Amino acid sequence: MAEQSGSIAVSSGVPIRGLMPGGAIWKHISRFARRKPLGAFGAVIALILIIVAVFAPFIATHDPAATNGALVYAPPGSQLLLGGDQLGRDVFSRLVYGARVSLYAGLLSAFIGASIGMVVGVASVHFGGKTDLIVQRIIDTMMAFPPLILAITIMAALGASLNNVVIALTIAYIPSAARVLRSQALAIKEMDYILAARAIGASHGRIIFRCMIPNCLALYIVLVSVFLGTAIVAEATLSFLGIGVPPDVPSWGGMLNGAAQTYVHLAPWLGVFPGLAIAIVVFAWNLLGDALRDVLDPRLRGTW
Amino acid sequence: MQAYIAKRCLLFIPTLLLATLIAFLLLRVIPGDPALVKLAGETGDASFTQAELHDLQVKLGTDKPLYVQYGKWMWGMLQLDFGQSMYFEEPVAQDLIDKFPITLELTVLAMLIATIIAVPLGLVSAIKQDTPADYISRFISIAGVALPNFWVGILIVYFLVLFFAWMPPLGYANLWEDPATNLQQFIFPALALGFFEMAFTARVTRSSMLEVYREDYTRTARGKGLAERVVILRHALKNALLPVVTISGFQFGRLLAGTVVIENIFMIPGMGRLLLDSVFHRDYTMVQAIVVVITVSVLVLNLVLDVLYGWLNPRIRYS
Amino acid sequence: MATLLEVKDLRTHFFTREGVVKAVDGVSYAIEEGETLGLVGESGCGKSVSALSIMRLVPDPPGKTVGGEIIFDGQDLLKLPDSEIRRVRGKQIAMVYQEPMTSLNPVLTIERQLTESLELHLAMSKTEARREAVRRLEQVGIPDPERRLKQYPHQFSGGMLQRVMIAIALSCNPKLIIADEPTTALDVTIQAQILDLMKNLSREYGVSLLIITHNLGVVARYADRVNIMYAGKVIERGTARDIYRHPSHPYTLGLLNSVPRLDLPRTEKLDPIEGQPPDLMHLPAGCAFRERCRFAIARCAQEIPPLRPVSAGHLSACFVAETLLSRAKEHAA
Ligand SMILES: Nc1ncnc2c1ncn2[C@@H]1O[C@H](COP(=O)(O)OP(=O)(O)O)[C@@H](O)[C@H]1O
Ligand SMILES: [Mg+2]
Repeated sequence: MAEQSGSIAVSSGVPIRGLMPGGAIWKHISRFARRKPLGAFGAVIALILIIVAVFAPFIATHDPAATNGALVYAPPGSQLLLGGDQLGRDVFSRLVYGARVSLYAGLLSAFIGASIGMVVGVASVHFGGKTDLIVQRIIDTMMAFPPLILAITIMAALGASLNNVVIALTIAYIPSAARVLRSQALAIKEMDYILAARAIGASHGRIIFRCMIPNCLALYIVLVSVFLGTAIVAEATLSFLGIGVPPDVPSWGGMLNGAAQTYVHLAPWLGVFPGLAIAIVVFAWNLLGDALRDVLDPRLRGTW
Repeated sequence: MQAYIAKRCLLFIPTLLLATLIAFLLLRVIPGDPALVKLAGETGDASFTQAELHDLQVKLGTDKPLYVQYGKWMWGMLQLDFGQSMYFEEPVAQDLIDKFPITLELTVLAMLIATIIAVPLGLVSAIKQDTPADYISRFISIAGVALPNFWVGILIVYFLVLFFAWMPPLGYANLWEDPATNLQQFIFPALALGFFEMAFTARVTRSSMLEVYREDYTRTARGKGLAERVVILRHALKNALLPVVTISGFQFGRLLAGTVVIENIFMIPGMGRLLLDSVFHRDYTMVQAIVVVITVSVLVLNLVLDVLYGWLNPRIRYS
Repeated sequence: MATLLEVKDLRTHFFTREGVVKAVDGVSYAIEEGETLGLVGESGCGKSVSALSIMRLVPDPPGKTVGGEIIFDGQDLLKLPDSEIRRVRGKQIAMVYQEPMTSLNPVLTIERQLTESLELHLAMSKTEARREAVRRLEQVGIPDPERRLKQYPHQFSGGMLQRVMIAIALSCNPKLIIADEPTTALDVTIQAQILDLMKNLSREYGVSLLIITHNLGVVARYADRVNIMYAGKVIERGTARDIYRHPSHPYTLGLLNSVPRLDLPRTEKLDPIEGQPPDLMHLPAGCAFRERCRFAIARCAQEIPPLRPVSAGHLSACFVAETLLSRAKEHAA
């Protein structure tokens, strides 16, 4: 009895490439929400963050930069929803505008970092041999620099500004993205149609971008969502330390710097609300990222 | 095993060189000539003459080609000379020798607290899957990785102030001279620092233990009639801890980096605070030296972990 | 011969989020002392689950044995408290698993994995257990056992590991060894060696053997009696000779026709069973094999055919068993 009809496991991956008809998208979303309620909750919070960031001028009740001597350390309540800071600025409005900074820095650095990392990782595998060896050694060495230290160093070299934060965080993410995607690419490299593409002499660019990268997209999406959560924290950390976004730009991390620390016992709302905003957003992103990972590629559990 | 350790140690040398090269490039090349930066001053628009620039370049050695500068710097570091601070105009090494132990203590303490709480938490969570104990532990770990360490630090300070009228101590006691006071002073900063890693490790431990539970060899162990306690302690634990060992290298690096934040909140005169001050002072020599110290610490720990991993995992040891 | 183990109407179901999988649904069989019993069926039909149910090793959740009895030594194993079933596992009933590579703990030495049951069940000291372990390794044909004891599973080949598993299973002189596809993961050349080894040792020590396989050739050669399983139920039972010569269930017939046979003239070409095994979550009414069956009659859609005797010691769960039987006899004549 050499061959019996063995049961063939069919992977239930979610299609990423190719267009889905409009109705199918809703079906996927509702299925996702039913299977992963926590992930759906995360997605809702993430959506709220995006809406707040985009429509900040309409949501904010005050000019986030306007100082008012009468409202210095005003407690949360009737006058100012979430109180006033050491210069009498409205904490709520600064939080709303801070969402812009968080999202901008988080999104850009996560996307660019993961993208560059993906190309580096995949190309390194594709070219293989010495190239791969060298790239691997560089990545391994870069991994010995804690990402925050890497970011601080780059900020030290570049100076404080929002775009420099993006650059610093992007560079900090490249090594880990390259590393994770490199191992994925190693598996893909041996797949039949990649071997076939090589055999018919497809160009390097074609193999990398048309054949290998599309197969890394599930991992890439998961990676971006994970990076985004950590990037929001990293931006806040840099701004909290005073070397990220300049102090006049409202950012969640920056709001916790200075007075929020010194006078935390007199005006606890200064220290509580921005931190809460970060925690909720990151919590939501983590839930979403976990759910995405489970749905898109369960094998990725515990890869980082 | 010996061959394995020897191989790791040999690989360590080029990695070390590469790491210093990266640190050098980041701080010597991106910001431009330190002499220029220094003359331009804090605001970046102070005026100076070409002659002044040249003198300073000669003094700092930046008139030489980059590879000469790198070589000199490396050679100095081998003799524990990390260069002159551009701000204090004193050797950097003395500061490092004073402050690194403080930061290391904080980091190790945070790591210990995190691991000692997290591993049992994760194990209980996995063993008692889908019970209240599991839900509590999972909530702690999911929430924990969402709380930035600076916020945890601020909240801890807030509670200390509220309940103990806490003030930053005027001086921090030395661990070896007055361990009781020292630990008392360090316990809360370490807790703030290690909170994230605690949550993270608990999570990794839980999922790794659940994975091990699904493995065939766990079933084999049960099939021999071993008590559940023996199955867990003898068969599952060692396998489940392998990923925990693997991640602890990154965790150590993250904790070292986190001291920059925590030392500032708790006013601890360690290397982390020195790093931030040096960034503000544009003291590139100091920043560079600290980055090298941190990276080398991580690399050394990774080497130790590799050996530990080999000891735990025979598949690595014998291949 | 006395009955060693009797499985009565065993039902083990998996309660998954998608629904209830009736992996084993009313299975009954008995194993006599010293007998080798075969359990055969396509993958996914519930063979492993029925074996694990005996040892109470079905992962719970999602699995649960929801009905039946397993009488061993006059006791119902399903009713024993945990501490008691642990004294049966490894001591009275031992298992050999399908994947030797993953069934041994990668971070423990072979010695540790061999001696622990000796220390537990036979209360041996470390040195006694070690000596016994060496003896057992020799017995299963592992050269240089002293040195091998110090090694780890990854230093062994699959066949050697399966020998180690057999040594572990034999170590406490159990009355029954359950071998769940013991050779499926091994090279063809090794398979016969392992099966011969098991058969010889079981004969030598009078151990009963439950061999689970999807390979009818294996049971024809090694088993005294055979149970054929389909979709969580036993659908035919008889001596190996009955099953091979006079199959009386269409599924068994299909299994036999899908393998090359050396004992019959090559009159018919190979003829694999068409279609797929049914979804155990949504079993059709009536006979589970109906949709793939060439002999199905109207009644098959309404009633589940019971397992009933068609000749002495030969049972079939098919309404047209007699027709098949006479056909097979004609054929042989
Ligand atoms: N842990 C589980 N969860 C859900 N279903 C399971 C589980 N283990 C086994 N099953 C189901 O039980 C059925 C029988 O499995 P098994 O006994 O392993 O088959 P085999 O006859 O190949 O040994 C399969 O259809 C499988 O889907
Ligand atoms: Mg099976």
